[in-house]
Amino acid sequence: MSRAEWLREDRLPHIYCSGCGNGTVINCTLAAIDEVGWRRDETVFLSGIGCSSRAPGYINTDSLHTTHGRALAFATGVKLARPDLKVVVFTGDGDLAAIGGNHFIHACRRNVDMTVVCMNNQIYGMTGGQGSPTTPPGAISTTTPYGASEPAFDLADLAIAAGANYVARWTSYHVTELTKAITTGLQTPGLAFIEVRTQCPTNYGRSNRLREVSDMIEYLRSHAMLVQKYERLIAEGKPIPEGTFTIGELVRRNRPAMGVQP
Amino acid sequence: MSRTEFMQGNVACAEGALAAGCRFFGGYPITPSTEIAETMARRLPKVGGVFISMEDELGSIAAVIGAAWTGARAMTATSGPGFSLMMENIGYAAMTETPCVIVNIQRGGPSTGQPTRASQGDMLQCRFGSHGDYSTIALSPSSVQEMFDLTAKAFNLADRFRVPTFLMADEIIGHMRERMTIPDKVEIASRPPLPEARLPFEAGEDGVPGFAPFGSGRAIHVTGLTHDERGYPDTTDPEAHERLVRRLVAKVESARREIADYEVVNPDARVVFVTYGAPSRTVQQVIHDHPDKGIGHLRLRVVWPFPEFALAEFPDARVFLMPELNMGQISREVERHVGQPVVPIPKLGGDLHTPADLLRALEAYL
Ligand SMILES: Cc1ncc(C[n+]2csc(CCOP(=O)(O)OP(=O)(O)O)c2C)c(N)n1
Ligand code: SF4
Repeated sequence: MSRAEWLREDRLPHIYCSGCGNGTVINCTLAAIDEVGWRRDETVFLSGIGCSSRAPGYINTDSLHTTHGRALAFATGVKLARPDLKVVVFTGDGDLAAIGGNHFIHACRRNVDMTVVCMNNQIYGMTGGQGSPTTPPGAISTTTPYGASEPAFDLADLAIAAGANYVARWTSYHVTELTKAITTGLQTPGLAFIEVRTQCPTNYGRSNRLREVSDMIEYLRSHAMLVQKYERLIAEGKPIPEGTFTIGELVRRNRPAMGVQP
Repeated sequence: MSRTEFMQGNVACAEGALAAGCRFFGGYPITPSTEIAETMARRLPKVGGVFISMEDELGSIAAVIGAAWTGARAMTATSGPGFSLMMENIGYAAMTETPCVIVNIQRGGPSTGQPTRASQGDMLQCRFGSHGDYSTIALSPSSVQEMFDLTAKAFNLADRFRVPTFLMADEIIGHMRERMTIPDKVEIASRPPLPEARLPFEAGEDGVPGFAPFGSGRAIHVTGLTHDERGYPDTTDPEAHERLVRRLVAKVESARREIADYEVVNPDARVVFVTYGAPSRTVQQVIHDHPDKGIGHLRLRVVWPFPEFALAEFPDARVFLMPELNMGQISREVERHVGQPVVPIPKLGGDLHTPADLLRALEAYL
């Protein structure tokens, strides 16, 4: 099946800013679906509210663009009522971890059979660049004009602790690895959570001296460290550079899951 | 064969849902609605359905809407505080025309109020609680039998009009036990399918689009944003918004006569009680005790859309008396439609009006 068939071309042009990372994530997700061979009439996309959550609107399948933060609860209803449908959720860091935090941890705990792709731009994009639960300390946003003072959530850690069967993190720079991770997520029974650190040049980059899209991507690339290397450095007692985050497959396990087709 | 049972109202509600083919229940425990969830938890798995206790009421109604889009008949049950939490997603269901049933066993409010006491304090919230203009259907049972019958009926109305449909009972009806009959089968209306030639949100003459469940190959985009007939967001065109919202309201409001369900007693009466839910029972007692007084009674089984034409069934009425377990929420609606005085008889605190309460109110007019 051609990937173009999955796009609702009559909805173009899309609303994303030029240089936004969300298009890359959509592209990688469709490539992964292509890889596993899911059919359009058996695949349902869901999302909440935010720039990232607009993604299902551009994909030519049944899709539910829901309310802010609640996508995983809607998805739980879809998956449990029709386990034969394949469910993919697009969400943002604010959508997933702020207003939707409760649904996030419970969907992971239940380990509902779905794939959740979070486009984490570390900011509320759609509402114009306010600080989110993943905005790093010190970062400037419209609601943290003196620098964010709260610790940030590590979404992957949260998903692991709450019980998701598969958790991986990549960035919009790592397109091949990201596509592979989503492919694995689609094939893993239970909840697969893939966090993607993406660039939001419009709202994050501009306020944090990463004005060019390439600056942001370079920032993501240079601060990402493969989890294996990270663990080796820790074991050797070596220092971890400030601002480093881990990438790679962070968990793969086989906890009991809900909504898995018998 | 139908069977007669002695049953609690909340259990009858669950049984009515099951008889109507409800196969998905998402809920969160709250007094005085909990027995509905407990009954569904026990019964649904045995009929191939799904019960899930969600993390909160926002999640409950969300899961119900998700399940409804797969084609399942889906329901949740709650009470005041939980109902308030559901409001945003109830608006979403109205905007996306998702058929689903929401049961509210009303308790005293505001806030946590009186968890174990009866109220009809959410009657306006169920009509106007979410933001924006929309219309919904609300049924109000006044017996255990009606908990069964009207719950089943709510699913048919939800499917027929593609709206979230409410069963607005109160704690008294939810918790009372009565003899009731479970019919061997209930009428089940099917969701009108989406014709091949129609767009997903293109309505027929009755203002209701056909339904194509997820997985049926129609690739439908469902959004709570203002959308066009294709389902695509169109949020800045004033005409697109007006066309959509007017249709959402009109498809229910223009069918008021089809949806209406009420009972008329003594149409030639000069003094007429208008009730729904538990207070109906006290009026029935008063009429039973004083058959000679010519007291009229309009008992509404459907409260929204409001059947104002039912008031005209009492051409000689000089006054409408309205005992409600609130401070007069529906009496204001009645007032909008009649020239005669409308006298609210509010009761707060959880008790039903006594026959003596109503006789005292009657005295001035007989
Ligand atoms: C109940 C509710 N509260 C607030 C909003 C406003 N709102 C819309 S999008 C958004 C933030 C989205 O941020 P995120 O999930 O990080 O997505 P992004 O736009 O960055 O992709 C907010 C707060 C809303 N739509 N609904
Ligand atoms: S505001 Fe940021 S996240 Fe939203 S479309 Fe623009 S670049 Fe992308």
